[in-house]
Amino acid sequence: MTPTLFGRIQTRVVMILVLGFPWTVVITPFLPNPDSASLDDQYITMFTALLVVGVVGVGWECVYHGLQQFRWEKDWPTIFGLVVALPEGILTYLILNAGAPWDRRPRPGSFDPGSIPLSTFVPMFLTVWIIIWAFTNGPMQIFSLRWRFRGGRFDSNW
Amino acid sequence: MQTPVWSDVDIAQHQIPIIDTPFVSVGGGMGSLAMIDTLRIAGIPAESLTVLSDLGVPSQTYEYLANNSQIPREERLRSDSSSTIDCIWGWPGYALREAIAKRDPKPAIQVFAEPILTEYFTPQAGQVYESVRREAQRIGWERMLRRGVVRTVRRRREGGYFVIHTPSGETGTTQGRIAYRCHHVHVAVGYPGVRMLPDLQAYLTKHNDYARVVNAYQPHLHVYEEALKRPCTIVIRGAGIVASRILQRLIDDRDLGNANTRIVHLFRSYPDGPQGESLTFRRPARRGWAYQAFNYPKAAWGGQLRVQLEQLEGEERSKLIDDMGGTNTAPRADWKEQLDRGNAEGFYQQLVGTLSSIQPSGNGIETTIQQPSGAVATLEADFIIDATGLEAGIEEHRVLRDLVDYGGAQKNPKGRLDVERDFLVRGTESGTGRMYASGSITLGGYYAGVDSFLGLHYAALRIADSLAENGFGSKIGPVRSATQWWKWARNIPI
Ligand SMILES: Cc1cc2nc3c(=O)[nH]c(=O)nc-3n(C[C@H](O)[C@H](O)[C@H](O)COP(=O)(O)OP(=O)(O)OC[C@H]3O[C@@H](n4cnc5c(N)ncnc54)[C@H](O)[C@@H]3O)c2cc1C
Repeated sequence: MTPTLFGRIQTRVVMILVLGFPWTVVITPFLPNPDSASLDDQYITMFTALLVVGVVGVGWECVYHGLQQFRWEKDWPTIFGLVVALPEGILTYLILNAGAPWDRRPRPGSFDPGSIPLSTFVPMFLTVWIIIWAFTNGPMQIFSLRWRFRGGRFDSNW
Repeated sequence: MQTPVWSDVDIAQHQIPIIDTPFVSVGGGMGSLAMIDTLRIAGIPAESLTVLSDLGVPSQTYEYLANNSQIPREERLRSDSSSTIDCIWGWPGYALREAIAKRDPKPAIQVFAEPILTEYFTPQAGQVYESVRREAQRIGWERMLRRGVVRTVRRRREGGYFVIHTPSGETGTTQGRIAYRCHHVHVAVGYPGVRMLPDLQAYLTKHNDYARVVNAYQPHLHVYEEALKRPCTIVIRGAGIVASRILQRLIDDRDLGNANTRIVHLFRSYPDGPQGESLTFRRPARRGWAYQAFNYPKAAWGGQLRVQLEQLEGEERSKLIDDMGGTNTAPRADWKEQLDRGNAEGFYQQLVGTLSSIQPSGNGIETTIQQPSGAVATLEADFIIDATGLEAGIEEHRVLRDLVDYGGAQKNPKGRLDVERDFLVRGTESGTGRMYASGSITLGGYYAGVDSFLGLHYAALRIADSLAENGFGSKIGPVRSATQWWKWARNIPI
């Protein structure tokens, strides 16, 4: 892929809405739930995770764009798209665990990394990531012919 | 007929039969395929499109040039997996298709890991040719194709254009003239011609010795045949992808065919160490070769470099194209190994300098090489191969020269056709008719990779969008795109 900064941000936001959101709706009831949280709470947590990936992701994209400048090709290799799931996953989990205002789970008061089970978060995060990664590395072009030429943008300017 | 605009009456007076067609693509090579494919997929019927070409199959000229420059069917090209000239969507790429066809996961793994853990995947020439034939058939190429030679494209007084065409018969003979009266024209005539380095051309003109001084783009198999029979000294000029191929062939023949060839590689400039003005714009160069995977950095086709180039004009644009491109070759481990080994064993020798004289001598050629240090070396060679890949100027193509002389077309800073960002040939509008161009004749414009499969698709898409804005067809939206892709995937004729 040869994204531009704006293309990166657009692709991320659109993919989270178009693929991440429905997938989260589908998969959340089937995620491991060691604390027997209610389905409502599960959904709130997972959608918050998605929101974090989207919002904090804009910052990540700026970092990636900066790193990309050191590549002659000014591209973003397929494999990078997978590898960055690790730092992004860790940060997302940490932020999620720190708690959102709408988070209804009991607060331990202080920072408690154990409060969201990793066994719930990891499968959700990884499946969303892989679906979006796989889609943007090919099938995307079936629907959006111009996307690859526009550096990942969807707006109608060439 | 030496007027910039023709009327229907002019044509009638010359008794040239007129055929009406809304759209003509001149050339019929890969660029025309990309254009016609895109328009057909956008929903324009075959009856509204005409391809005028001397070729029966769109990949024919390409195959000819690739074969000459030593890329037979089983060898791999330079462009990547997603540069699928038969598929405007670019997916599935050639790698995935090869993996499926050969039931071998390797190409798929390679395209996943490229270019970090592996080299870029590049498709085999044969796979590309077959895919072109399949797609041409699917979109009804035969129905749109009229074979022969295009003489002239002129503006029509009443709007649109006349394309004057001399059809070729079954036997290849060309006879008569036909005027295609059309609304829009697309010009994709490929290279206006190949060109030799001036010093080699001077030798050829003087001594008429086309056997010993050859161009890599022209047939020169006799060189390899001779080198297999007896020890030869062969001088190579050029340090681009073509030179890499020729060297591979010569060294393969040493390795596998027991040839005892001595290769002298003459460099005009000798980069050795990273090229580029800053940390964020730097490519490796080693022992005379500048390395990058493709003709330009990847982002020139669709990323930030495309955007950057689009914002530049004139000389500045021309300079960025040169800085991103210039002479370069692909960093392939097997090529590097061969050259390093040749260097160590002495059968591959590098010299920096210019040829100050070339003379026939006995069965060979005597050359004098002027080195930058001032030293002069003489060298007896059997053959000189010009692998610089030089192209002739647009004035050497009669249709293009005519466009500049009479059609209102202008030249860009690189001496090629001046085109807009959407590949409209500036100055050639005729009423509501529009003329577009794609391929190497547009180099120097707002897009660098014009002479590549992906670049031809880009141009085709931009032109199709521009035509749609002018009322010819409609833009391909997501639904049409997806349903048409499905037809492509199932090879359903359209
Ligand atoms: C050896 C070689 C290897 C290449 N490898 C790659 C690669 O790996 N990947 C990549 O993306 N690109 C590659 N390219 C670049 C580019 O994709 C090809 O050159 C491609 O064929 C360009 O398409 P085109 O339509 O511009 O020209 P062509 O395919 O050459 O088609 C133009 C056609 O127009 C015809 N024509 C010209 N004048 C007239 C006339 N007056 N009347 C009728 N017909 C006419 C010509 O005969 C020709 O057949 C390579 C080029 C070469 C030479």
